[in-house]
Amino acid sequence: MHVVVCVKQVPDTEAPIRIRPDGQGVDESGLTFVMNYYDEHAVEEAIRIKERAGGTVTLIAAGPARAAEALRAGLAMGADQAIHIQDPALDGLDHLALARVLTAAIASVPYDLVLCGKLATDDNAAVIGPALAEFLDLPQATAVTRLELGDGTATAHREVEGGVEVLEISLPAVVTVERNINEPRYPSLPGIMRAKRTPITVKTIADLGVDLGGSGAARVRLLGLAPPPARPPGRMLEGEPAEVVRELVRLLREEARVL
Amino acid sequence: MRVEYTEDQRLVHQTVREFAARELRPRARAWDAAGAFPEEVVAPIARLGLWGMTVPPELGGAGIDAVSMALAIEALAWGDGGVALSVAAHNSLCAGHIVRAGTAEQKRRYLPRLASGEDLGAWCLTEPDSGSDAAGLATRAVRRGDRWVLNGTKAFVTQGSIAGVYVVMARTDPDAGHRGISAFIVERGTPGLRIGKHEDKLGMRSSDTAEVVFEDCEVAEEQMLGAPGEGFRDAMRVLEGGRIGIGALALGLGRAALDAAVAYARERRAFGRPIAEFQAIQWMLADTATELDAAELLVMEAAARAQHGRPYRLESSMAKLFASEAAARAASRAVQIHGGYGFIKDYPVERIYRDVKLCEIGEGTSEVQRLIIAREVLA
Ligand SMILES: Cc1cc2nc3c(=O)[nH]c(=O)nc-3n(C[C@H](O)[C@H](O)[C@H](O)COP(=O)(O)OP(=O)(O)OC[C@H]3O[C@@H](n4cnc5c(N)ncnc54)[C@H](O)[C@@H]3O)c2cc1C
Repeated sequence: MHVVVCVKQVPDTEAPIRIRPDGQGVDESGLTFVMNYYDEHAVEEAIRIKERAGGTVTLIAAGPARAAEALRAGLAMGADQAIHIQDPALDGLDHLALARVLTAAIASVPYDLVLCGKLATDDNAAVIGPALAEFLDLPQATAVTRLELGDGTATAHREVEGGVEVLEISLPAVVTVERNINEPRYPSLPGIMRAKRTPITVKTIADLGVDLGGSGAARVRLLGLAPPPARPPGRMLEGEPAEVVRELVRLLREEARVL
Repeated sequence: MRVEYTEDQRLVHQTVREFAARELRPRARAWDAAGAFPEEVVAPIARLGLWGMTVPPELGGAGIDAVSMALAIEALAWGDGGVALSVAAHNSLCAGHIVRAGTAEQKRRYLPRLASGEDLGAWCLTEPDSGSDAAGLATRAVRRGDRWVLNGTKAFVTQGSIAGVYVVMARTDPDAGHRGISAFIVERGTPGLRIGKHEDKLGMRSSDTAEVVFEDCEVAEEQMLGAPGEGFRDAMRVLEGGRIGIGALALGLGRAALDAAVAYARERRAFGRPIAEFQAIQWMLADTATELDAAELLVMEAAARAQHGRPYRLESSMAKLFASEAAARAASRAVQIHGGYGFIKDYPVERIYRDVKLCEIGEGTSEVQRLIIAREVLA
């Protein structure tokens, strides 16, 4: 079983985000970057498949030089090889164009299954997985919480409103994973040392033979980014306990509308 | 972390820090109260490869560089000082001594077990009547046929009551001073090896510290570690590396204290504003941040020298001395910033304040570090 996992490096969700003065991105100085949490689960799932059924795990990331750290982390967890798509043109791509670039990278290696995280925590788009399925002309299952592989097929469990949906898909397929699919392992120190010696294949968009002219050019344009509105300060209620409780209940009911 | 590290060194730090944040820090208070080594951490630490940091990969270890090891110990200590001390002593002292002085057969026999965490390692130099003056040790090893018979008591042994492998310094020639000391590997279960008193400590309470007693404890000749009479010299070399670990450990505790102090100073209000707005508080935070960065530079410089095979005795003593005293000041200021809440166990700084004291004592007191540094300065 050859599994390809697409991974993205994103700002640590606990890092304070500052928007660049030009409003076209975030100020990266002082930010820590990590592998997108959902992708960690996809890498873990791929490694478990390899441990059970043999085969290989190939990681693909598109992003600036620092994105190599996410690939190293995945290699240290136990992946076998990694492709890093590095190209100044990546900056201007929308999700669909990026999916076309990733499609070409996936097509350059043998694969039976493509795994992605359900979404990336930085831009919350959840587009790449479904777009890959479309471009690769493969069946897909999204937000999967359990994946069982059969002979040429896979059974995927998804949590839907009020229950669990069970799908059967033929392989190869694209599957995006939910965070409760597994508990990702920590990279081990020997794994990190091994990963250090594993070469990462660097490719440009041109190396992949993708021509983004015309239809590939961004069809979505970023107009601006704004920080979320500051939270209004908390309010302290003062007075006799009975009075305060009555007032609190009234506020919860009438203002916060949570009761 | 301030120094520019390589990608894999950053990954080591990030991984261990995340492990410490999730698996150690939330339990540190309970482990401190229990005052015993938490056996449940042995397996997860083994999965990370942290028991075999000094062990070469072909013997099951991680074989990581000295800077990565310092980063890993720093990150562990940020989560729990006692667990970090156990891991540091296991790697630097016990496994480290076998890596340095062991025969191929000894390495093959003991290092895989130590690297996997199947056996924990202990290193026994200190005795009830000799600590700083380690060459004054009284434990005797006497030859009987093709075996050695050990008699004596070792004090303050980290992992003393839980180890499977003990490296023991003993006197083989009573007339040869420090040249009459040799090292031995003694396995748990060897008749005559008895675990003595389990120490109830001020801090580092999640690390096991015990007395280890040898009463006509007989070991085969091939259990001697290193050349006869070279045990003390090897032990001093082992401590040079160990001190980088204690410096890193102190740094992790200091950073944990600073993180807690910063968070508390932002949150706690007095006289109508957060105490972080008082210059008196800001200066304490500024001094701590500066001193910890300086400590990091010293620790990592010593580690980098070790890694590149350059002499580092002076540097490791300076790193250990400065980092442990800087971290002790960091913890003391963090308690001060917490006011009364710093004095009670609900906040982690109370524990860090106690834990950090060990760094000024273990593997050579601050006074001993100054002796070593002065000797080099005056040489
Ligand atoms: C938690 C813990 C874990 C430990 N783990 C281990 C272990 O795993 N293995 C092991 O072998 N040991 C271990 N030790 C022992 C530790 O290394 C010694 O406690 C330390 O070296 C000091 O020795 P001592 O306690 O005998 O103090 P002493 O040597 O008696 O020192 C008492 C005081 O005198 C000072 N002093 C001594 N000589 C001089 C001098 N020449 N000039 C100036 N001042 C001097 C000292 O600095 C100190 O302030 C551990 C100790 C602790 C507390």
